[in-house]
Amino acid sequence: MRTDVNAFLGSYPFRRVPGTSPEALLAAMDRTGIDEAWVSHLPGIFWRDPAAGNPWLVETARQHPRLRPVLAMHPEIAGWETVLRSAADAGAPAVRCDPTFYGIAPAGPSMRALAAACGRAGVALMLAMRLEDGRQRHPNDHAAELPAAAVRALVRADSTVRIIVTHADRPFIEEVHFGSTPDEARRAWWDISWIWGPPEDHLETLLGTVGPARFVFGTGQPLRIPENAVAKLDLLDLAPADRAAVEAGNAAAARGG
Amino acid sequence: MLIDVHAHFLHDRTPRADWRERNASRLRAGERVGITIHVASILGSWGFTSPIYFPSPGDCRYGNDYMLRLQREHPDRIRGYVAVNPNYTDHALGEIRRCLDAGMIGVKLAASRRADDPLLDPVCALAAERGVPVLQHIWQHRRRDYPGQEASDAVELGRLAARHKSVPFILAHIGGGGDWVHTLPAIRGMPNVLVDLSGSGVDGGMLEACIEAVGVERLLWGCDLTIETGWAKLRYLEHILPAADLDLVRWRNAARIFPPGAFPSD
Repeated sequence: MRTDVNAFLGSYPFRRVPGTSPEALLAAMDRTGIDEAWVSHLPGIFWRDPAAGNPWLVETARQHPRLRPVLAMHPEIAGWETVLRSAADAGAPAVRCDPTFYGIAPAGPSMRALAAACGRAGVALMLAMRLEDGRQRHPNDHAAELPAAAVRALVRADSTVRIIVTHADRPFIEEVHFGSTPDEARRAWWDISWIWGPPEDHLETLLGTVGPARFVFGTGQPLRIPENAVAKLDLLDLAPADRAAVEAGNAAAARGG
Repeated sequence: MLIDVHAHFLHDRTPRADWRERNASRLRAGERVGITIHVASILGSWGFTSPIYFPSPGDCRYGNDYMLRLQREHPDRIRGYVAVNPNYTDHALGEIRRCLDAGMIGVKLAASRRADDPLLDPVCALAAERGVPVLQHIWQHRRRDYPGQEASDAVELGRLAARHKSVPFILAHIGGGGDWVHTLPAIRGMPNVLVDLSGSGVDGGMLEACIEAVGVERLLWGCDLTIETGWAKLRYLEHILPAADLDLVRWRNAARIFPPGAFPSD
């Protein structure tokens, strides 16, 4: 079983990206042995109301059972609590919020309220550290990268909130993990999409220092080719149980399964 | 056969205490991926006693000596680029002669001087005379000067390549940072500029864009600092290219531009 927690549907505003349809994503999943993908609505991240993409996402996931909808939440748009309830009703594995893209404070009162509400609802909160390499972003794509301090603040906002961070690199993960109590750190999961393999061996190092229970399989497709996440696992000598946990078991734990 | 045209190694006079482990990791991962030859360079002291992209003559020489040592120790797996700083013209030319005579197979230019600067001309003239390619570090679409390097982009490399048409230029790491969308149109009509696919970037659509812009005959496979991204691109190419074209990218294009006999079955 292989679950990709970090996949997108829909077009990207800053460059042409092929393979953004549900059918293309499913074909890429078949190609790379991915059984299930948690999908986010990519254009919605850039909309004034990101939740406006949720109905299409839910309907698409209903038509394609291998796709699980990650509903977008904007905690400064009235009615967001209803969206959170609908996410639970829709069986969403997580909700996502991208505060720097929305132009709101990443650890401000509304974000902390959202984290607390996710904790109470038992729904995991997903955050992306970035979507693209900062060196290649469009000149008008100014949203800041998610700061590590925000993740530390949000995981402290509620004693039960579970947070999944995608696209984070080794320094970011270490800063949050070792800047948190063991209980806080146990409620954060990291997708492997942006963690380097050999010869720097960042992923191998993190699996040894932070532990395999904290990592989930994620690709960032179709912005990034999914072969990358598979290749970095194939370059490790992981015990079968640890690999199975990274590929699927930890994602189930993160969603509360 | 699989040739990694963009590899690096470390040595004992770099800031890295783990230099042995990193070198060993590259070779170990290379075995798993199936890399036949790592064509590698060492950029001076990697910042220990002079800046990475502005290495002193002494650091260039030490790094090149270590690269020659690795090539001697691993004749079945490692080949070297001689890395030079063109601001020290006489030293650079001397290093190129010395290291090519000792068995290196290419020249590495990092970011000590803009690629279209006349100071690079004697280096490229010597590369032409010796029949070796030049691997030029590139920042894809350089919009300004970045700290620590006098980086160049494809337009600037193109000006150099137009002055030295008999030299194959390897445009470094298309996935290594910056805007590759800007790079590809800039070199479309320049047959002596080849695209090195290395770099940590694995953008969807990037490989198709490379193929569309320059054709498979001008693509070279490589990893640079992230072997998993190189392997991922290779796996993706296996799905979109016929076997004969894939072989061009894996090694045949490299065998064409490096000196005859540089690789085992060449």
